Amino acid sequence: MKNIKLLLLLPFIGVLLFLPAVNRVEPYVLGLPFLLFWIVFWMVLSSVILMIVYRLDPDNKGSDVE
Amino acid sequence: MRVSLTIIFIFLALALYLGIRARKGKQMNLEQWTVGGRGFGTLFAFLLIAGEVYTTFTFLGGSGWAYSKGAAAYYVPTYIFLAYVLSYLYAPKIWKYSKENDIISHPDFFAKKYNSRPLGLLVAVVGSIALVPYIVIQLKGLGIIVSEASYGAISPVAASCLGAIVVAIYVMVSGIHGSAWTAVIKDFMILAVVVFIGIYIPVHYFGGVHSVFKAVQTVKPDLLTLPDKGLSYSWFISTVLLNTIGFYLFPHSFMVILTAKSEKTIRKNAITLPLYTLLLLFIFFIGFSAFVKIPGLKGASGDLALLKLSMQTFSPWVIGLIGGAGVLTALVPTSVMLMSGSAGLTQNLYRLVVPSATEKQLSIVSKFLIIVLSAIALYLTITGGEALAMLNIISYGLIIQLAPALFFSLKKNNFVNKYGALAGIITGELVALYLSIANVTMGTLLPNAPQWFKDINGGFIALMLNVIIMSVVSLITKKMTVEMEELHEVKNSSY
Repeated sequence: MKNIKLLLLLPFIGVLLFLPAVNRVEPYVLGLPFLLFWIVFWMVLSSVILMIVYRLDPDNKGSDVE
Repeated sequence: MRVSLTIIFIFLALALYLGIRARKGKQMNLEQWTVGGRGFGTLFAFLLIAGEVYTTFTFLGGSGWAYSKGAAAYYVPTYIFLAYVLSYLYAPKIWKYSKENDIISHPDFFAKKYNSRPLGLLVAVVGSIALVPYIVIQLKGLGIIVSEASYGAISPVAASCLGAIVVAIYVMVSGIHGSAWTAVIKDFMILAVVVFIGIYIPVHYFGGVHSVFKAVQTVKPDLLTLPDKGLSYSWFISTVLLNTIGFYLFPHSFMVILTAKSEKTIRKNAITLPLYTLLLLFIFFIGFSAFVKIPGLKGASGDLALLKLSMQTFSPWVIGLIGGAGVLTALVPTSVMLMSGSAGLTQNLYRLVVPSATEKQLSIVSKFLIIVLSAIALYLTITGGEALAMLNIISYGLIIQLAPALFFSLKKNNFVNKYGALAGIITGELVALYLSIANVTMGTLLPNAPQWFKDINGGFIALMLNVIIMSVVSLITKKMTVEMEELHEVKNSSY
């Protein structure tokens, strides 16, 4: 499960690599121009990805006191 | 008009009161003062980390960029949320090492990792120099907000002075505890104010968010995408990457990591922080609305877009609340910046000069440095006059040069040694300074390169040279020490 942290690469790929392709106004999604929607979409997805990684990350198991 | 000013003063007083009161029941040694005894749980650590991000720059500059540069402004939330994603990997490592080695400031970390006092000094100096423009941004923003929101009853200079005095007082008294407590009301206020005006203004003037963008598209469609030249996608990608890497290298952001109670606290915070950057969306709505509704703000006055449009829309007491939120937005980050700068200099400059310094002396020196740093920042705030976003970019250019040495030091087998780290950072800083002073870009270096290449953030040049020099010097000095040892062995064995 150590490789679970590779998931954290996804937001970088999603936002930065796809930027030239998503740099447009149409179609509007949720009232936002497409470029802005794309960035917002990845903000939210990043949170989800971080949550998944946090749950599965072996570093968070064990008796680490909170 | 009086109403708005009164409300702003109530918030200023509240910040001062909470800031000073935060000291109660705490034994203020240096560790308590700077990193809260490393005892902040998820909520406080969250508020502090988030508090660092929502500064007056986001408030004014974020809407200002949307107003004057359009989609390029999206770089701000993008680098911030990517920085949180990246921090999941390395921030806990920084925390752990710092805890094990009693590190309370950013330069100490470098000094300890590379076992080099001069490196600590260098990092302390670089950190403080990079912090000053940042503090200037805050004080300048505070001046603009208060002066505008008081309908000109108070001058920006007077407001900046007042803000600087308030923040210096409570930082000296309560340290990071003061910042944490003011962060509580600040985050609540900024959230309420930004979401409210960010929804109200589009609905009131346009009937909804979608219509705002439609209106912008009719007036100037280019504003909603990145242009082909200049602030193009290669500029966007490179700037976001640089800022993402540089994010936690600012002394104040670094310090906030250390306040956390455990590694888990830091990781847990990383989950929710990207969602917090959604707040900037509302700031953009306001910036784009202002573009249609109040056209004609040129250059630096684009930063006034949010306030100008709000004043046109709301009655003075709402402006007072916006002003109050703005003041808090300036005070919280400023307080942590002042403290981290002063702690770094105390630990790494004063201790170097006076090795026998007692805890008590260090505490006095660090408080004295708070006054010095605030005074310098205040002086520059009053005399300097650049748009906020420019200052922000220069700061990042300087601080990013610490990144290679830091990231390599987190690896298990780090081949970089103190000579390499020193040489790399010095090279990087000199090149970065030269580039920003001489205004050199990728385009001026290679005028015949394709456009996408020309738009790459010039900061990468300095960073590359930094990494190359760092690696070369490390390898050479390593070889030299090995050879010297071998020579030594040969000599010994020949006898």
